[in-house]
Amino acid sequence: MTRSDRLSLAHLWVAIAAFGVASAMALMQALSRASLDLPFRTAKMYYLSVTAHGVLMALVFTTFFIMAFGYVVVSRTLDQEPTGMPLAWAGYWIALVGTLMAALTVLSGKATVLYTFYPPLQAHPAFYIGLTLVIVGSWCWSIVMLLSYRTWRASRPDRPAPLPMHGMIATVIVWLIATIGVAAEVLFQLIPWSLGWTKTVDPVLARMLFWYFGHPLVYFWLLPAYVLWYTVLPKVVGGKLFSDPLARLVFVMFILFSTPVGFHHQFMDPGVSAGWKLLHTFLTFAILFPSFITAFTVTASMEVGGRAQGATGLVDWIGKLPWRDPLFSSVALSMILFAIGGIGGAINASFGMNAVVHNTAFIQGHFHLTVGSAVALTFMGAAYWLLPRLTGRELELSLLARVQPYLWFIGMMLFSISNHLTGLMGMPRRIYDASYGGSTIAAGWRGLTGLSAIGGVFLFASAAFFMLVMLGTGLAGKRVTPQRVEWAEPLHPVAPGRGWFDRYWVWAAVAVVLVLVAYAYPLWMHLQMPRYGSPGFKPF
Amino acid sequence: MNVPLYEKIWMWASGLLIIAFLTTIVVGVAGSSLQPPSHVETIDPTKVWNDPRFAKRGATVDDHGATVVLIAMMFAFQPAEMHVPANKPVTFRLTSADVVHGFEIVGTNGNTMVVPGYVSQFTTTFRTPGEYLIVCNEYCGLSHHLMSAKLFVDAEGARP
Repeated sequence: MTRSDRLSLAHLWVAIAAFGVASAMALMQALSRASLDLPFRTAKMYYLSVTAHGVLMALVFTTFFIMAFGYVVVSRTLDQEPTGMPLAWAGYWIALVGTLMAALTVLSGKATVLYTFYPPLQAHPAFYIGLTLVIVGSWCWSIVMLLSYRTWRASRPDRPAPLPMHGMIATVIVWLIATIGVAAEVLFQLIPWSLGWTKTVDPVLARMLFWYFGHPLVYFWLLPAYVLWYTVLPKVVGGKLFSDPLARLVFVMFILFSTPVGFHHQFMDPGVSAGWKLLHTFLTFAILFPSFITAFTVTASMEVGGRAQGATGLVDWIGKLPWRDPLFSSVALSMILFAIGGIGGAINASFGMNAVVHNTAFIQGHFHLTVGSAVALTFMGAAYWLLPRLTGRELELSLLARVQPYLWFIGMMLFSISNHLTGLMGMPRRIYDASYGGSTIAAGWRGLTGLSAIGGVFLFASAAFFMLVMLGTGLAGKRVTPQRVEWAEPLHPVAPGRGWFDRYWVWAAVAVVLVLVAYAYPLWMHLQMPRYGSPGFKPF
Repeated sequence: MNVPLYEKIWMWASGLLIIAFLTTIVVGVAGSSLQPPSHVETIDPTKVWNDPRFAKRGATVDDHGATVVLIAMMFAFQPAEMHVPANKPVTFRLTSADVVHGFEIVGTNGNTMVVPGYVSQFTTTFRTPGEYLIVCNEYCGLSHHLMSAKLFVDAEGARP
């Protein structure tokens, strides 16, 4: 095993472990919402586990998987070891220590603040410090990714980055811009306040900084999934990438529009004026565009694959696709779920309409289709493809791997559709119990919360299958000569030189300008206002 | 960039769809002044019970409509029941005595965050008389799921 693969694997195992723990917690939450009385069901346990599930899934599983995949992209497309191996390992250990700190603080009940940790709910300082270390670790990774690209480019000044690397560079740029917000919130507001050095914090300022980070965080998760869709999937279906330049355009658009949109999470907030919320709405809709292009290009690439297998009719290419291959089925099913989630996202972002769904179960239905399916299911599929290639072991229990994506799809449809509906009926998200003292209005949600719980059971079974395959492969998989990691060829030959889409400094600079347009003035205005801080509360 | 014809059509269609979405929003804003609750007003969160703006809580009804003043706290709304008239504008004014709460009138688009240090305000009109459930929709501690209130929308001519 190469040094680079050892690095990737170390990250991958942390991601898998975080996923396993977080999935187990999710089952209990889904059952609790349906008022199923389990012996260990208490409000304290429920909110603690919602916090742990959010932190471990949204921050730890995703970040570690993305770091692992980033190093695979470097070693397999640039054909070199990541530049700065000591820094890469330092980043790994820093992020791992941070993860353990934050997770243990949550599990000990001292940080039941959910993964959004809105002040003035106040967690133990170890929670904030742990999360900071995870971010610092990811910054080390970001630097290693950029240094690796620079090393590669030094000897090939005229060639564009291979497409997978192009996507990962976009991911890194989005991440570096985005994390400024959460770093400012945690370092200047929350850590000093939780240590008692400052008495109060301004909760709206904290929310502005959090959501400055919180929405591009979504694209930090999504872009590596798109890299897999564009550059691995066409290869798996025996086809070719339909359009290389459009894929590059898509990643550039995400660099530009990922960050200046955060107020669409704060539509219902006081203290932020409606005009700025409207500007962020416009920018939010701009970011639908690259996802529309992706839907076409990736589907067209699949069709190219189906026709290469002999399909000639209008839709018979769909049947020629490798539906038994867990990477393919994961991605294809995650795309269907993402299409539904994307339409829901347009509703969430619709300025006035948001009031109907804000903080209802609609939102949890929505993001389980996006990050919980488009991202998580793609990553699981990618793990089936990646783990054997990194470890040199055959995939064990491959029948479970084949079934798992379908179980996830069924579970997610049940869970998510029912939560969208109860959300429209007004049921809040993140509640331990949905009975509201026997309210007849709340009683109307009962059947659907039961359906959502059944979805949760399917999802848990799916997650358990995934874990069994991962552990079986890692511990007992038959050793074989690993298959090569292969990337899709473009359908049409690509222009040989570097083009506009490869000028990362330019795009990063434009992105910063857009961020300033969207945030500088409202933030400055906010700081001018007479404001009163809040002391901390620990109602958990 | 050489884009195949079908993809070109798709891209134009996507662009038009996005413009259509945004147009509906602009029409809502310009035509019906539809906008999310975005009131900007601050208050000392440690002194809300003594602040004159929140001294008289509950609904005040006059010929033009009603104003409802509420304080959200762990884990209740103060007051917990209120009456407002149907078909007249009702303005809600809220603030929090402790952490961030949500204020959602179930089955309507009455929905706002309630953030300590800030005053939330929005105006809406209820067309359907009856009893409405108000819930907190932002996690505020271990009894968050118990935090609720009742709103009665009275038909015209019924008790004020």
